[in-house]
Amino acid sequence: MGGSGLVVRDLSVGYGPVRALRQVSLEVPEGAVVTVLGGNGAGKSTLLRAVCRTLSFHGGAVTGGTVSLGGRRLDRLSPDRVVAAGVSQIPEGRRVFARMTVADNLRAGALGATGGRAQRAAALHRVHELFPVLAVRAQQRAGLLSGGEQQMLAVGRALMATPGVLLLDEPSLGLAPMMAERIADTVREINAQGTSILLVEQNAALALRLASRAYVLEVGEVTLSGPARQLAASDEVRRRYLGVVDEDAAADASRATATLPSLSRWEGDAE
Amino acid sequence: MSTFAELLLNGVSLGSVYALIALGFVVIFRATEVVNFAHASLLLAGGYVTATLHDDIGFWPALLAGIAGAALVGAAVEFLVMRRYRGADHSVLAIVTIGVDILLTTELTRRIGTDVLALGDPWGDAVLTVGPISLAHTRIAAFVAAALLITAFLLAFRYTTWGVAMRAAAESAETAALMGVRLGRVSLGAWAVAGGLAAVAALFLTVFPTPGLERATSLAALKAFPAAILGGLDSTTGALVGGLLVGVTESLATGYQSDLTFLGRGLGDLAPYLVMTAILLIRPAGLFGTKELARV
Repeated sequence: MGGSGLVVRDLSVGYGPVRALRQVSLEVPEGAVVTVLGGNGAGKSTLLRAVCRTLSFHGGAVTGGTVSLGGRRLDRLSPDRVVAAGVSQIPEGRRVFARMTVADNLRAGALGATGGRAQRAAALHRVHELFPVLAVRAQQRAGLLSGGEQQMLAVGRALMATPGVLLLDEPSLGLAPMMAERIADTVREINAQGTSILLVEQNAALALRLASRAYVLEVGEVTLSGPARQLAASDEVRRRYLGVVDEDAAADASRATATLPSLSRWEGDAE
Repeated sequence: MSTFAELLLNGVSLGSVYALIALGFVVIFRATEVVNFAHASLLLAGGYVTATLHDDIGFWPALLAGIAGAALVGAAVEFLVMRRYRGADHSVLAIVTIGVDILLTTELTRRIGTDVLALGDPWGDAVLTVGPISLAHTRIAAFVAAALLITAFLLAFRYTTWGVAMRAAAESAETAALMGVRLGRVSLGAWAVAGGLAAVAALFLTVFPTPGLERATSLAALKAFPAAILGGLDSTTGALVGGLLVGVTESLATGYQSDLTFLGRGLGDLAPYLVMTAILLIRPAGLFGTKELARV
């Protein structure tokens, strides 16, 4: 199967008759940060579900292709075996166990870990070092944390399994810019400690800054891929995902707004 | 007054037995979101094993065998039947459990026939009298056993890895799977635990003053169903409070039957359902049933 790290080869996924992914191939080399960009419904979450083997919860199934980690096939395993193999996912929308305490959420994160007590204690220590607030709030119910704290808990929970590859599904979703920045710093730090990262994001600016390599997913297919820096510079990505329009269009736009009568009650919000 | 105290104590004892059964309902519901209508037949199975074995191997080993037997039947139902339907709608699964219940109960009633089987318990019909209040030993044993089991269960639920996995799976099966929780194992464990608890309940539903294990015992077990529902099907606390409430209501309604003849006979059997209906009118999720607790 060749290649270390996480390798997805010609992966196709369907939800019943609906094709969600068509022959998607990508690679997360060991120690790298790789990002997958794409709009709503592009198949980003489906890709992560296919890797973690949780498609069946959504009525989906892999119809072709392979997923492997360090040469070992993952695409026939049960979800717990994937975790044991060293792949953890932080699902979209955080999905902390709201009724459980922060401490129990972290314990739940260690359920799939293969290591012993000492390794779990080390993992907990690492999580508390990354997010001291989780130690302070240990006995609080996770549902009562703020959005940012819940995201930290979701990251910490995934780290409890000491994964070799961490999959993040839209970690910046619904967070204040400062909090998103904080999460980005954390992702960098986790990566520096030796964990490979596959980051799925709509926030392309953030993702492209973090990643070394990027893929663009559109309607279930990889339409662009390359080094993150190169993609960040490409016109198409800039226009579609970074909200940057070329200069003529920008000039047109500003002329247009200048001639339009402005609505007084919106003025407070503008700029 | 002494009658009232006696009835109350008897009610609490009976209620703690119902709580054991209701806890089984709740455990299965939380782990799999399936309402288990086959619970009464698990109870009957446990009682039957104890009843047939106690002559040969003595009461305590027979009780252990009953508990193990019911746990095994529960696990077998999960493994052979429920697992095949994984992914099916939960209401479909609930109806499957009705089918399982009919099959199991039919076979057990065929074996029991018209007999009333003794379970060979050591308490017999001894009565403890303190001042004006007298209480059967069996009732005291029932309360103590139920209290111990429930405490052990709640501690395990809270502190063990098994408990964490159960609670995680109850909140979100998919997220739990992402954590590496083996949902099949969680579900199997839930059915086995529920079976074991039901077997203990079977013992205390059939000891003095009840004549013994008979076909109708499974009907008595069904009274734990309103207990679980009125407490809130997904709440362990609810199962305990619901069980006690149903037990006390039944005991009082039966005890004061003679003062309530204008309501007709058999009020004690009816009372649990009346309480359940009244409570659900006010709190549709049950007393402790959870609504979403989350900040977005």
